[in-house]
Amino acid sequence: MHDMGALTGAPWLIAMLIKVLVVFFGTMVVVALLTLMERKVSAWMQDRLGPNRVGPGGLLQPAADGLKNILKEETYPAHASKLFFVLAPMLAIGPALITFAVIPFAAPLPTPWGLVDMIVADLPIGILYILAITSLGIYGIVMAGWASNNKYSFLGGLRAAAQMVSYEVSLGLSLIPIFFLAGNVTLTQIVWSQQQELGWWYAFPLGLSFLFFVISAFAETNRLPFDVAEAESELVTGYHTEYSSMKFSMFFIAEYSNMVTASALMATLFLGGWDIPFFTFDNMRVIAPGIVEGAEPAWWKTLLTFGAFGIKTLFFIFLFMWVRWTVPRFRYDQIMHLGWKVLLPSALAYVTFMAAAILTLDTLGVPFDFWYGLILTGVNLVPTVLFLVLIDRDRVIGGTAPAARRSGPLPQGITATRRPNADANVERENQEA
Amino acid sequence: MLESYVPILILLGVTLANAVGMVVLSHLVSPFRPTPAKLEPYESGMTPLGDTRERFSVKFYMVAILFIVFDLETIFLLSWGVVMRSLGWQGFIAALIFIVVLTVGMIYEWKKGALEWE
Amino acid sequence: MTDFPLTQLLWWVFASMAVGGGLGMVTRRNPVASLLFLVLTFFSLAAIYVLLGAHFIAAIQIIVYAGAIMVLFLFVIMLLNLGHDYQSDLRGGVWIVVGFVAAGTVGWFIWQSFGAPGAVLQRGGEQQIAASVEQMNAVGAIAYPLFRDYIVPFELVGILLLVAIIGAVLLAKRRV
Repeated sequence: MHDMGALTGAPWLIAMLIKVLVVFFGTMVVVALLTLMERKVSAWMQDRLGPNRVGPGGLLQPAADGLKNILKEETYPAHASKLFFVLAPMLAIGPALITFAVIPFAAPLPTPWGLVDMIVADLPIGILYILAITSLGIYGIVMAGWASNNKYSFLGGLRAAAQMVSYEVSLGLSLIPIFFLAGNVTLTQIVWSQQQELGWWYAFPLGLSFLFFVISAFAETNRLPFDVAEAESELVTGYHTEYSSMKFSMFFIAEYSNMVTASALMATLFLGGWDIPFFTFDNMRVIAPGIVEGAEPAWWKTLLTFGAFGIKTLFFIFLFMWVRWTVPRFRYDQIMHLGWKVLLPSALAYVTFMAAAILTLDTLGVPFDFWYGLILTGVNLVPTVLFLVLIDRDRVIGGTAPAARRSGPLPQGITATRRPNADANVERENQEA
Repeated sequence: MLESYVPILILLGVTLANAVGMVVLSHLVSPFRPTPAKLEPYESGMTPLGDTRERFSVKFYMVAILFIVFDLETIFLLSWGVVMRSLGWQGFIAALIFIVVLTVGMIYEWKKGALEWE
Repeated sequence: MTDFPLTQLLWWVFASMAVGGGLGMVTRRNPVASLLFLVLTFFSLAAIYVLLGAHFIAAIQIIVYAGAIMVLFLFVIMLLNLGHDYQSDLRGGVWIVVGFVAAGTVGWFIWQSFGAPGAVLQRGGEQQIAASVEQMNAVGAIAYPLFRDYIVPFELVGILLLVAIIGAVLLAKRRV
């Protein structure tokens, strides 16, 4: 227990304002840099150079893009509902930029005026706030599609809305096992539980939840392979087809800041947030204003934990980009199938299974510590393997049947199998030859 | 407790001001030279046919109503999740009955083909 | 109210936003505009719940009403192609009847909340809420009673949701 003194009065107000502004402008700057990173990553994956003319290594490209977008001509389609047409990008960007507020991004920082916790708003409803605000993000997209009075936009907006609501259910369900272990919905408690109470990052004991959450988060952010809302081969660019200039940029900023928040959330929920693994010097939490439980806060700990948080978040952002430039887009019926017929029942079954497993461990009197997490990790492997085998349907794991029929062994590194009738076609071609 | 919401209000204000500012700024500095062709809905260069706001498939409506039902289920289970360990098996059985009842509904809609997206 | 200094001021701000949103929702000709006003009302109601200390209810208010039910409304508006302006249904005498019924309901609620003996707002409910939130955290304050004392209503909600599923499937899939 360390009493670092509570922040009150003017210092509290100033610290809060600084945090709000830092998080707001930080998100905007990160979003700007991400547009560059996306292009650099895609260039790297496709063996190109990417943007390299504006500034050193193309670093000033986002600034040039931003300036260009402000100066571009605006279009207002003749039959568009003008008010809603202008309102839609604001409705999209608003929820996207305020969700980051409840994510703790570093260990609390001691200052001469008192302890400053590194979170904009430690709400008692924690992650429910994020669920609530992201569910409002649908309006911007639907409104854009509807107001544009363009068939592509309209279809894109509708598809996006139906997809987002479909995956919101599995997103919510995948959070429930976390609440089992954390016992609260605030993200500070979830981090504390992972670094001290249980001592395991939830990605291990709740592995399948992690998988469900990542898939649902990809769908919620409308990123590939779930980007049918803006499938350029069918819908031009979907709901923002008619948008130009800064209003187009705003949809872009909304998409990227949603990606940042989703990445930070995955890092916080499943990879311990700002926790540094294998060390206990950073294990602390604020139990009352100014009073810290666990290790003693210090400025260098805040800095280090912020670095840990940044690395984890960056990893997930990179995952978003990696997947985008690797995996092809799903068909819309496949997306609906995955959401309603695979993720929803599996997540429900997993919640029930994990509840039973945790209660059994409690009934057996296993203390809530390292061994608890280890046993749970082992137990969790059963549904995880089962799910992977079921969803695989003999394509990669059990893909022996079609391979056995092939004459020679597969070339090294090729794991995909052929459809059965493909072999028949080859045989027919051989006979014709 | 309530102080923790103050930063949210300020952040909301900053974000809204920023959103409005972006639209207004680009409106002020960007050119606007409309031509009849420019104002037409973009349909890949073809002349638009028919109205956009036609009736669309009832399937979207199905998705929305099923979403409400399962969203409510999620909320209930979520509140159970927080207190699950302290309630023990008695709460587990209550939640299990709830889940089973809704799984019956899910099997019904599955068999009826409400989840098919032709 | 609680000791937070701005509570009174914020209550007036959000209450007027809620009422304004409700008025806008009723008076707009365009159904989509009505819908956005209703979302504003729900948002303000959530803020008022927060001021009362009911944090979890506020979150549910936004998740379920603004995020789910209003999306269904939006789909219905678009499904039925109601996207353009409509003439008001309420003409002439209907207005007066509806007005009286609404005013009566509001008056009754105000009486029940403030005036009546043992009215809700005279029992010091905020202190109780604040105490139980302090004790069991924001979600637990709802979840403990729900899963201990109100199990039968909770299971009945499950049945109600089942009926909703069956009804929706029957309505949408009538021809199958």
